Amino acid sequence: MIPGPFNYHRPASLADAVNLLATLGDEARPLAGGHSLVPMMKLRLATPEHLVDLHGIAGLKGIRRDGNRLVIGAMTTQHELLASDEVAKSVPILHEAALLIADPQVRYRGTIGGNVANGDPGNDMPALMMTLGASYRLEGKSGARDVAAAEFYQGAYFTALEPGELLTAVSIPVPPAGHGSAYEKLKRKVGDYATAAAAVVLTMSGGKVATCAIGLTNLAETPLLATDAANAVIGTSLDEASLKKAAAAAQAIMSPAADARGPVEYRKHVGGIMVMRALQRAARGN
Amino acid sequence: MAKTHITMKVNGTEVEGLVEPRTLLVHFIRENLQMTGTHIGCETTHCGACTVDIDGMSIKSCTMFAVQAEGSDVTTIEGMANADGSLSALQEGFRMMHGLQCGFCTPGMILRAHRLLKENPSPTEAEIRMGISGNICRCTGYQNIVKAIQYAAAKINGTQFQEAAE
Repeated sequence: MIPGPFNYHRPASLADAVNLLATLGDEARPLAGGHSLVPMMKLRLATPEHLVDLHGIAGLKGIRRDGNRLVIGAMTTQHELLASDEVAKSVPILHEAALLIADPQVRYRGTIGGNVANGDPGNDMPALMMTLGASYRLEGKSGARDVAAAEFYQGAYFTALEPGELLTAVSIPVPPAGHGSAYEKLKRKVGDYATAAAAVVLTMSGGKVATCAIGLTNLAETPLLATDAANAVIGTSLDEASLKKAAAAAQAIMSPAADARGPVEYRKHVGGIMVMRALQRAARGN
Repeated sequence: MAKTHITMKVNGTEVEGLVEPRTLLVHFIRENLQMTGTHIGCETTHCGACTVDIDGMSIKSCTMFAVQAEGSDVTTIEGMANADGSLSALQEGFRMMHGLQCGFCTPGMILRAHRLLKENPSPTEAEIRMGISGNICRCTGYQNIVKAIQYAAAKINGTQFQEAAE
């Protein structure tokens, strides 16, 4: 399979990349790791006339601690996230989830920016970023703006990115020391997207849940923040009844597609189980 | 579509070529360089048969454009033997442990295992299995591939390879 013809651009600076995207308009696509876009181009489901490869822009890579936030450049690969002691120490759920994305070869290439910006409901990082309360830095010709992950996703492959804008960094508030977290992903095999997945970040106080956030992957057209489910466990010791209440509240907002991963009812069913497992494991690790 | 001139190092030798931007790296290696050891399996980034080593990373060469490898240092299966032509530890491991049947996945397996052992010279069996989880073999059930990599690790580390009891 060979992609359709296109013009290749490799800008050396962010300003050049943004200029190119603005000038070339709808016919141009930014190219990050390429492990979503290139397969689509080979199937001719994507036929951009111009690719703007972001690999030449040094400033888009790197992981740094900025006060109580972790700021990750968009072109940082999943492999680099996994190799980072800072990530493992301060946001362990990010390490855990990165290890569940695709396979080792894909993780050398796949980037956090591509994963969150593509708007694919099957990607793992978006729900995680919503759960963590992260924000994205978007830069275009008219300047930069920060958009909360929770406000970014509008539909499958539709996001708050304006034409000509690039997502340049992800900024994650570091959860408090002693927090618990878990990402439970049910998949058919290594490399598959989630049949259903749930992210949980919580804090406990005196054996009871003090704060909690829950995110859901591949259970609707967009990643979901399951606010009612999270509220259902706050103040509880995660007893059986509270877990079931949370699962039911999460299931109430799920609207997965029926596909090769299973019919709607099955995916909602296992989605509820992922929520319960993630809550229990996050609390145990606390 | 205008062609672009590219240069890169493949198995230690500087190579160059004229490619369209859409030319995939695996096609450049197989067709322009006439090195057909790198295989094309699924063409959808799943099977790992086209895995090569680029600048210290295992990459599926069917999912990268040749123009993106400009200036890179690439290793393919043709570059895996020792300088004197004898089998490298990994190649010897696949031979001794019968780590292949049809052999289609083998170049990708060896290139992936090469990088795995560079990053983790003494992997556990579980780490080997996770490490090659992006490479599909339809013959062996992976058992002898895991043993081949364990054999190579032992040989490189100068330790005794102990075949696990069945």
